[in-house]
Amino acid sequence: MSKHVDEMAIEISHEEVVNAKVTLGFWTYLMTDCVLFASLFATYAVLHGNTFGGPSGKDIFDLPYIFVETMILLVSSFTTGLAMIAARKNNKDQVLTWLIVTGLLGAAFLIMELTEFSHLISDGHSWTVSAFLSSYFTLVGTHGLHILTGLLWLTVLITKLFRQDITSTLMRRLTLFSMFWHFLDVIWVGIFTVVYLMGAL
Amino acid sequence: MFGRLSFDYLPHELVTVGGVAAGGVGILLGIAAMFYFKKWTWLWKEWMTSVDPKRIGVMYLVVAALMMLRGLADALMIRAQQATSVGSAHGIVSSDTFQQVFSAHGTIMIFFVAMGLIFGLMNLIVPMQIGARDVAFPFLNSMSFWLYVSGFVLINLSLAIGGFSGAGWLAYPPLSEMQYSPGPGVDYWIWSLQIAGIGSLLSGINFVVTILKMRAPGMTLMKMPIFIWSVLGSLSLIVFAFPILTATLSLLALDRTLGMHFFTANGGGDPMMYVNLIWAWGHPEVYILVLPAFGVFSEVVATFSGKRLFGYTSMVWAIWAIVFLSYSVWLHHFFTMGSGADVNTFFGIMTMIISIPTGVKMFNWIFTMYRGRVRFTVPMLWFMGFVVTFTLGGVAGVLMAIPPADFQFHNSLFLVAHFHTMIVGGVVFGMFAAFNYWFPKFTGFKLNERLGRYSFWCWLVGFLLAFVPLYILGFMGATRRLDHYDPSLGWQGLFIVAGLGVGVICLGVGFQLLQIGVSIWKRNENRDVTGDPWGGRTLEWMTTSPPPEYNYALIPTVTERDEFWALKQRPKKAASAPLEPIIVPNNTAAGVYIGAFAFLFGFGFIWHIVWLIIVGLIGVIYSVLVRLSEDTTEHEISVNEIKKTEAVAAAKRRKLA
Repeated sequence: MSKHVDEMAIEISHEEVVNAKVTLGFWTYLMTDCVLFASLFATYAVLHGNTFGGPSGKDIFDLPYIFVETMILLVSSFTTGLAMIAARKNNKDQVLTWLIVTGLLGAAFLIMELTEFSHLISDGHSWTVSAFLSSYFTLVGTHGLHILTGLLWLTVLITKLFRQDITSTLMRRLTLFSMFWHFLDVIWVGIFTVVYLMGAL
Repeated sequence: MFGRLSFDYLPHELVTVGGVAAGGVGILLGIAAMFYFKKWTWLWKEWMTSVDPKRIGVMYLVVAALMMLRGLADALMIRAQQATSVGSAHGIVSSDTFQQVFSAHGTIMIFFVAMGLIFGLMNLIVPMQIGARDVAFPFLNSMSFWLYVSGFVLINLSLAIGGFSGAGWLAYPPLSEMQYSPGPGVDYWIWSLQIAGIGSLLSGINFVVTILKMRAPGMTLMKMPIFIWSVLGSLSLIVFAFPILTATLSLLALDRTLGMHFFTANGGGDPMMYVNLIWAWGHPEVYILVLPAFGVFSEVVATFSGKRLFGYTSMVWAIWAIVFLSYSVWLHHFFTMGSGADVNTFFGIMTMIISIPTGVKMFNWIFTMYRGRVRFTVPMLWFMGFVVTFTLGGVAGVLMAIPPADFQFHNSLFLVAHFHTMIVGGVVFGMFAAFNYWFPKFTGFKLNERLGRYSFWCWLVGFLLAFVPLYILGFMGATRRLDHYDPSLGWQGLFIVAGLGVGVICLGVGFQLLQIGVSIWKRNENRDVTGDPWGGRTLEWMTTSPPPEYNYALIPTVTERDEFWALKQRPKKAASAPLEPIIVPNNTAAGVYIGAFAFLFGFGFIWHIVWLIIVGLIGVIYSVLVRLSEDTTEHEISVNEIKKTEAVAAAKRRKLA
């Protein structure tokens, strides 16, 4: 009996150690991603005036459309939070529901972004036109690529959740995913402000 | 189907064909030997799929050593060309090949030799020196290594298929844009660095977490060995600088493959944007390389002076001053950009300020030797060689930090001489000191001292012979990357001396190879059974040489800075805590697969083969997913097994003693 308790103690502490390492590691990764975006923001800031005879931000940005897109992403961050609360309560059905809602909202955001891109390209405003458009497509597109990665990750998590209970490993991965998703939200707020709001003024 | 890949891209020039043939024969011989000795299973199970940082560290060193030989061959060609290509003579290679040679030399030496050596060193030393059994994320560590190998294969493949970039080691646009470099060379440069660079970034994250979360009980931050502090400084720089490189390389790739206009000469692009971005990574990179070397010297000088390191606290502060200041000096690489006197003055002053913490460290090392019982072993010789060369190069650096003077030196051989003095005299000497110092820890025998001394003296003399002429030539107006010049300039004599210098360095390399060979052959003469051949001060000398898979049967508890030294002074306590089972990670092939798919991905981009890009990308994602869904990734070593391992090691020691 006492041996069993002892093994349990080792098991729990090992799990805690792993959690602490993974969380710090993921935070560090998010910081590196933040520097990556900082480089792209800096590039955009330097090049956004170089329209080379092409359109400027004022000519092509549709603010109400982008506002809806932004709201969708912000709400998806909120639903991720709800999924996390449900996970803490070990309510698997609720977790699944909110994760699926998050996924749908994320997909809607991505589809809206791609629609915007395709409109721009079909209007002849592709990234080959000017340095401004290159840096615009790259900054916004890199964020979109992150959203796509998040959706892929979310799909894996949802599939896992259908098959198994909320184990400590799964709980850790849910936490990391929510960190990632909130991080993308913060970056989007930066993009909305710097690219769209300041560009449309 | 195969993008722009065609037979036209096979090598034509004699030098390149020779290089490819030599490489090919080497690979074939290696494969034949593996079959002959039936070692494939051993290679796969014991090394390639291993996640033990000691094994990964050795593999890093092997790859870096191979690359160093190639980089050295490039250096020889540069020297031969510049010594002979005068007037009516045109040297040994064409201008086009010469451009590829100096571009490859710089790229290889920084990204694949220096980075490989420091990651090898970190893998070998960091876990042991903090009293840990492993790194924080063992699988991630293996994956980082295989991404590095993937970049290594790409950059070497360029020799055989398509040729390398001719745009210099940092590929400045607009020269590196599609308009002026339409071939696959720059793409080879971009993708080999991108893939290896992501590996470095992941390693950076991994080791930051290792140092912050896995130190032995009692090892507070201010009780960490200075080597660990130095590595932590270097890692912080990696974490914050490498994403800039990733972004910059991606932007250049977008310019080249999707026709974007970030750095192009038309379309509103701004080439100077690239130069700013690449140096915002590039200057921290210099300190990423040199800080671990500073750490090595701190350990070496304390051990061989038999004293604790002078000025520990000031060393820590100096490291962090360097870390922060290294982000505020990047513009000194291009004072000539024309950003005005104010901006240039700011960066000039910052550059002079950053030499102060480095000076603090230099004095601390010298004061550590003062009144110490100094033993002039090979690592100590490398240290003293470093003090001389690094001071020389540092003074030249401060000279160039003055913007008006820099307008004279910009792109001259004076600059080339300066940064070689810093990187060879700092980083490379540091890595050689580390190799001689820690070699016995991993093999159980010391390296031959006499051959080590010979190699040191050849290197030092050869180095000075090779680079002092370049300082002088720089003053005389010789610019870097010259493939031809007029005899009336009177430069040829100095170029010949520089060439002889590289010859002497090669002799030093020869002695090093001989040193390793002889030391292995006569290993019983230099056997160390104590695990502590030098009278060491830090934890890694506590365990056996070579250490068991789990490093320490019992994790040591730390009470002092030089814990092991203090432990040797304290009366021995007989009682020790009971052994507990140790959890270690299982081997995995996922890292190898990810590296292989990353290679296909990069190769697809270089040759515009869309399906290969997709295959590579899906392969990488699939391998990661499979790995993450594995249920058992660790196993336990039972107390009985630990006791058995320890007993076997003890019996072996008794037998040898």
